[in-house]
This record gives sequence, structure tokens and C-alpha cells, in this order.
Amino acid sequence: MTFLGHVITGLSLGSIYAIIALGYTMVYGIAKMLNFAHGDVIMIGAYVCFFAVTSFNLPPVLGILAAMLLCTVLGIVIERLAYKPLRQAPSLAVLITAIGVSYFLQNGAQLLWGASPKSFPMNFFNFGGEKGISLLGGELNISYVAIVTVLACVVIMIVLTLFTTKTKLGKAMRACSEDKGAAQLMGINVNQTISMTFAIGSALAAVAGVLMCSAYPALMPTTGSLPGIKAFTAAVFGGIGSIPGAFLGGILLGLIETFTKAYITTDLSDGIVFAVLIVVLLVRPAGLLGKYVPEKV
Amino acid sequence: MKKFLAIALTLVMCLGILAGCGGTTTTTTPTPAAPAEEDDTITIHVGGIGPLTGGTATYGIATKNGAQIAVDEINALDSNIKLEYVFEDDTGVAETAVSAYNTLKDWDVDIIYGTTTTAPCISVSSETFAERYFQLTPSASSPDVTAGKDNVFQMCFTDPNQGVTAANYVKETGIATKVGIIYNNGDAYSTGIAQGFIDQAKELGLEIVTEQTFPADTNTDFNVQLTACKDAGAELVFMPIYYTPASLVLAQASQMGYAPIFFGGDGMDGILAIDGFETALAEGLMLLTPFNATATDERTVNFVTKYQEAYGEIPNQFAADGYDCMYAIYEACLTIEGLADMDHAALCEALIAVFTSEEFSVDGLTGSGITWQANGEVSKDPMVVAVENGAYVTK
Repeated sequence: MTFLGHVITGLSLGSIYAIIALGYTMVYGIAKMLNFAHGDVIMIGAYVCFFAVTSFNLPPVLGILAAMLLCTVLGIVIERLAYKPLRQAPSLAVLITAIGVSYFLQNGAQLLWGASPKSFPMNFFNFGGEKGISLLGGELNISYVAIVTVLACVVIMIVLTLFTTKTKLGKAMRACSEDKGAAQLMGINVNQTISMTFAIGSALAAVAGVLMCSAYPALMPTTGSLPGIKAFTAAVFGGIGSIPGAFLGGILLGLIETFTKAYITTDLSDGIVFAVLIVVLLVRPAGLLGKYVPEKV
Repeated sequence: MKKFLAIALTLVMCLGILAGCGGTTTTTTPTPAAPAEEDDTITIHVGGIGPLTGGTATYGIATKNGAQIAVDEINALDSNIKLEYVFEDDTGVAETAVSAYNTLKDWDVDIIYGTTTTAPCISVSSETFAERYFQLTPSASSPDVTAGKDNVFQMCFTDPNQGVTAANYVKETGIATKVGIIYNNGDAYSTGIAQGFIDQAKELGLEIVTEQTFPADTNTDFNVQLTACKDAGAELVFMPIYYTPASLVLAQASQMGYAPIFFGGDGMDGILAIDGFETALAEGLMLLTPFNATATDERTVNFVTKYQEAYGEIPNQFAADGYDCMYAIYEACLTIEGLADMDHAALCEALIAVFTSEEFSVDGLTGSGITWQANGEVSKDPMVVAVENGAYVTK
């Protein structure tokens, strides 16, 4: 039963990584840039939801919507102010800017909301007054947060896949991803498409923030940074740019992390996770589901 | 034009980041010195170091603010000794702490107050030892902070001492026989207490059923560690960790439906003050703390009221330790002859002599008759409190 418990922990942790990784992968796939501020957008989303629910007494659903809305706006603003002016700049400049934005958001959050942790309300996903379901006579407890997280992750992954393959805007995104110049010649507004990508990525970040803080209810200005890095790893693991890849990478990362902790060592779990990443990249340089595209010289 | 805009924006962002730092490294303005007719006013420069930003900022801010209240009180007293107090941010990082210390030296600091957290304190104390500055830390509790350095003193009790007290308490009261431990083995504080507890428990014959660790305070998932404690049948989980990860442990234990007695060290203090924390989760939680903000003695009430007025929060033990530090420094200075002509090195020797002398003791918020041993360790008793109905009750 302990084993099943660990599987559930790993799945729910992995789903959180996967949702964050989907945001990374979308932005990377289309704008070809690593948005290191993504983890901090998660933190902002969680704060917005926290204040919407505790200070303005909004119901959780409206709190999540408010967080999504604000993060969407924030994502677009960040893209406009920080990344768009650098569209022609070398990718290293954009990367450093992204790290700058990340610090800016962290310090900004601390200035606005203080450094002390906030405890995220844990009753968002209580159904019928219960925190979870108890199986096998109390041997196995599954929290509703874990169930909702896994479901949300699967739904988001499917919707995003359909969106990018079936809709016009999604197709425009893929066109931009393949060749910006050619896409522009076909009448696609590249700038608008990239803004849209940031909007979607940031809205996902808000959802991830709320789910993550519901499961692990300590909210601080630095809350987003480590999950952000792990999710980035998950995205690379699964093949950055690939939506199913991010999903698979996230879930696997969560499972590996939990099993390492449970059966090998709690001290080295992060080290082992990253070691697995290195091995995978040695064997499949483009990640599990990534496409290997040779550079044309 | 675009390039220019890009550069301008990057600059603005850099400025923004710098401004973020600038805004928090507050220099505290001293209260205007004594009345004009007193020419013999001696001003002592006390320079504080602690994290005002970063993951441990909440402790740094508490030590800074608690000390500020004491400084304001002392400067309002009719005395010729005045304290001038500034506080530098070290972000909880050893390298930054040493730069903060250098900044304070440029300001002609006489006494170093800090640092708040252990690792930076070890770095700074080797500097102050070599350059002869007296140093009193409110909260860096590892024995490594003071080891081999005669100029460094602690206001908080040491880590192993806390672990020993906790083990003794568990044994004496018999609240549990099977004990599980969860601690942060990437942190000297947590490891120190855990080790003290484990050694003492072995001596007393308490059964430690499992020892679980996690690598850093950024760790958020404790399901595995809790499952191990549950499977091993631990009736009491000793977790000498800071309150932020502890709040996560409590939340996850409740999601798992696991309810042992949780027992923490002084880093657990502050858990009830977390914004939005469901205090029901902490019901029955026991911890060691030198300070109880709900105590009704006049001095505590006065301190808590002033602190709340100034900073809008209930002070924790870090703030109380900071407050006591300033009074200890002030009272020690009162006993020194020829204070006016001393430079920092002479003052350091004089203060060491006072702190280690038999007759010097301080009554503070965190204990009465506080004394120090020659190795810099404080002698005061840790107190066990339990959370009942969302408040501390002394056990």
C-alpha cells in the first residue's frame, strides 16, 4: 500500500511539474526562448488567488479566474516590455533578460507582500467537507487536490494539443515556430502570435500556481523558482517544444523524484533526478519525444 | 531606435532590481541624542547584519525590528550612553554577510549585532575575531558560531542543547515511546538539534524508529518522509526545522490522515503567525521557545504592544532575542569604565570581560538572570509550549 501511496504522490507532483513544463515548452516551441520568469509568474498567480480569496472573500473559482486573468495580462506585458525589443538580439541577451525579469518579479513580490510565508487556503478542493478519500480501511489516503491536479494536467494537455493542431491560431503558432519569416510572408502576424503564446503560457502558470499551493500550501516570493527549474528540466526531458513531451517529462520527473526519495535516499533525490536527465539527453539529445532538427549551416 | 529602446528598458529593469535591494537595506535613523546640556554623551555604533530579503528574510526582519524597539527605549532613557543602530542586509548568504560587515566597518561600527542565521554568522565571526569586534548574535545557534572565538556570544540557546532538552522532556513526561525524526540535513541548525536529540534519546533509551531527512528548506513534498514515520509507527515526530517547511509537513500529514504528536525546536516559533495558516493543523504541536508573546508580564506586554504598533505583527522569539541583545549590550556598557576613550578593539576586550564575569546577568524577555559562559554560550532554560486552541500554553 505504501507503494501505491508513493505512486499517487509522484503522479500529483509530476502533474504540477507537467503543467508548468507545458508553459515552458509552448513559449520555447514558438518564440524559441527560455522564459526563466515562468516560475515566478506561477508565484504571482498564487498570490493573486490567495488575496482574492482571503482579502476579497471571493469563491475559489473566481479566485482562480482572477489569477489567470492577471497572469495573462502580466505575461503579455512582460513580453512587450522585456522580450519584444530583443526579438532580433542574440538569444543569450534574451536569456539574461528573462533571468532579470525573474529577479524583478521575486523582489517585487517581496516588496509588495513581504517575505514571510503565507499559508494558502487548503479548502479549495474539499468535497463534502472531506480533504480526500480513504481507501482500504484508512491504509491509503488520496487527497482531492492530487486527483484534481492529475485530471487538470491531462485536460490541459489534450486541449493544448487540439488547439495547436486544429485551430487557425494554433496553426499560426506552429507556422511561426517552424519559420518566422515564411509565416510572416503567409500573412501571419508573428508578433501577435507570440504575444498570444505568452498569454496562454501565463494563464497556465496561474493554474499551476493555485494547484501547487493547494497541495503544498506555503507561499513565498521564492515559491516559484525551484519548481520552475524542475519543470524546465521536465520540459527538456520530454523534448522541449513538444506538448505531449512536456506532459510525459513532468510525470516521469515527479515519479522518479518520489521513488528516489522513498527507496534510495531523500538527500540525493534532486541529484538523481538530474542525473537521469543527463543520461536521457546522452541517448536522445532531443529529449524523449522531441524532434531532432539538424542545424543548417 | 529599437536597439536604444532595448538598452533603455534593460537599464530600467536593472534599476528596478537594484531599487528592490535598495529599498530593503534600510538604514535606521537614530533617535535624536541626549539633551544639549549633556556633553559627556557617548554614542556606541551598533551594526546589525541579517537577511532582509531572500528565503530567511522573515527572521532577519524580526531581529532587526525587535532590536530597534530596544534601541528606541534605551535612547529615551536618561543615560549618557546612546546607541546608534544600523542594519545591513546579508540575504542569508555568507559572502554577502561579509560584505555587509565591511560596509559596517566603513561606518565606524563598534559592536556587531548578528548575524541572524548560522552560516553567515560563522563567516562573519571569523572576521570579527581577527579584527577584534565584539559580536552578539540573537539567533545563530550552532556551536560553530562561537567555537574558538572569544569575542562572539549568543543570545539563543545552542542547537545540541535544544535537542537534549527535547529528549529529556519526552522521556520525563512519557508522551511517546516510539519517536520518528524529520530534519533538514542541509542545514547546520536542524542537523545540530537532531543530533543532540538522537544522542540523548539513545542514552535515555527512547526508541527512535526512523530518521528522515530532506535536503533544503525549498523542499515542499514531505509525503515520503511522513509515510515512513507512519509505517514505522512513530507516536511522536520530532522535527527541528523552520516553521515554513513545518507548516507543509503538518498540512500533508493532515491530508494523509496521520496524526502523531509533532514536536519542534525554536525555529517552529512563528508558525501560528503565518498569514492564512489554519491553526487547527497545529493543534497539539509542541515546541521549544524562550519567548511566549501571550505572556502577561508587564515587559512582554509592553514589547508586544510596541512591536505591533510599529510593524503590525505579533513578535516572535527572534524579535525578543534581538530586543534582549540590545539591553545586554547596553547594560554591559554601563559597567565599563572609561568607555568614552575606547576604540572597537578595546571595547571588545572590555565587553568580553563583562560578559564572562560571574556577576553580570541580564533580565530579558527570553529569560531572567541570563548569563554567558566563557565559550559564548548563553545559559537560560528552553521552555516547552504546546499549541492549544490556536495559542501557546506553557507546559
